[in-house]
Amino acid sequence: MLDTPSPHTPIAVGDGAAIPHKSDAGLFTAWRIAFFGSIVLCLFLAFGRPDQYMAIFMFIPDGILVTFKVTLGAILLAIVFGLIAGLGRISSNRLINGAASLYVEVIRGIPLLVQLFYIYYALGRFVKIPDILSAIIAMAFCYGAYMAEIFRAGIQSIPKGQMEAALSLGMSRGQAMRQVILPQAFKVVLPPIGNEFIALLKDSSLVSILAVADLLRRGREYASETFNYFETYTVIALIYLIMTLFFSKLISIMEERLNEGR
Amino acid sequence: MKAASHPMIEVSKVSKFFGTFQALNDITFDVSDGEKVVIIGPSGSGKSTILRSINGLETIDGGRISVGGMDVSHLKTDICKVREEVGMVFQSFNLFPHKTVLENLTLAQTVVRKRSKKDAEEIAMELLRKVNIAEKAAAYPAKLSGGQQQRVAIARSLAMNPKAILFDEPTSALDPEMIGEVLDVMKNLAREGMTMVVVTHEMGFAREVADRVIFMDHGRIVEEGTPEHFFTSPTHERTKLFLSQIL
Repeated sequence: MLDTPSPHTPIAVGDGAAIPHKSDAGLFTAWRIAFFGSIVLCLFLAFGRPDQYMAIFMFIPDGILVTFKVTLGAILLAIVFGLIAGLGRISSNRLINGAASLYVEVIRGIPLLVQLFYIYYALGRFVKIPDILSAIIAMAFCYGAYMAEIFRAGIQSIPKGQMEAALSLGMSRGQAMRQVILPQAFKVVLPPIGNEFIALLKDSSLVSILAVADLLRRGREYASETFNYFETYTVIALIYLIMTLFFSKLISIMEERLNEGR
Repeated sequence: MKAASHPMIEVSKVSKFFGTFQALNDITFDVSDGEKVVIIGPSGSGKSTILRSINGLETIDGGRISVGGMDVSHLKTDICKVREEVGMVFQSFNLFPHKTVLENLTLAQTVVRKRSKKDAEEIAMELLRKVNIAEKAAAYPAKLSGGQQQRVAIARSLAMNPKAILFDEPTSALDPEMIGEVLDVMKNLAREGMTMVVVTHEMGFAREVADRVIFMDHGRIVEEGTPEHFFTSPTHERTKLFLSQIL
């Protein structure tokens, strides 16, 4: 019955872009080819074919900003929802546990697009809030359910002895959770949360069907005026690609730093 | 709330089931102030379970446990209060890996005892010196050997000024050459008059330190007595068999 404090086993939840691994070293990694390739291609299109492409690049930057706003807002809110629901999922209180489990099961069983429509119009019916805020809440509500599973797995990956040691020092369960369990769990859940962030960045394109002028919607607006569908969506795809590649690299660097920390 | 007439720890008629398996069967014993009780027995005999029940890490199904006059099993008892008074040292140390050695000692002092950071650190350093590991105060537990970690764990529990400490096989996870340094710390504590309940396989320690030895098997107390009685003239066949295997 010896549970030695073992190095935490990584937990794999989420469906985001592949976060570059340290072992993918070398000058010509898939990441480098894709990232710098898309940047070069963007520059080539903007300056090599300015009459077709320059106008597109001029038209969409405010869309990028909205995409960022939605993604950042939604991930922060989703972490809050996820933490609450994740703690609920491991609660011994049957009512709280039931409610949290129900939330997770229901949300995970409905397509994101359908939820977005539903929550967006449901919110619109009862409260008057800006479109972008409804979109953020809808995205966060959905991602919170996935985040809950990450937090649950992360908290449960901390050896049982940690809670017992904290309790035996006279801490309450809440104090033990805040001071001992969660700080360790956060380290475990950071990589999967990074995955979720990237998945959310991509899924945020779904809000373009609501009245939110994100990157994809700006593209659609431009294309429907100029009928340059192919050119426009080429640019949109490249920009999404550059963003996700950039953030996945950032997250992998963060992860390495964190591992070196101890 | 502490009546002088009460023993420090009172265990009476305690039973406990894991599913249909009876882990504890009608366990009764007392530990008075300053007494050192060593519990021995084969694995699965319930010795760790009774220890964990004393500070409420396990709930009991029958009987009564009281610590310093507080009824552990009573729902109205604030179990945190009981645990503040009774320290626990685990087989697997259970230091907090995200905190330095010093922070391991100060955390509960500041959070539970509400001491200032400065006071907590002073107390912590004093205790680290006492267990001969002050030079590692700034290190993280992962950098320490097992014996060092267990000494820190003992200091961590002492930092709460407990009235008694429960040791749950404190040397069983250690390499042989590190057992001595941990036992030395425990012997020092015993000399200072700390009330101790120790589950261990270290018979030398039991012989030297214990005021009383309790032998358990299959969830029951088979025999109880002074070390002299226990190691030289045990009455029960089961005890004799166990001692012949282990000595």
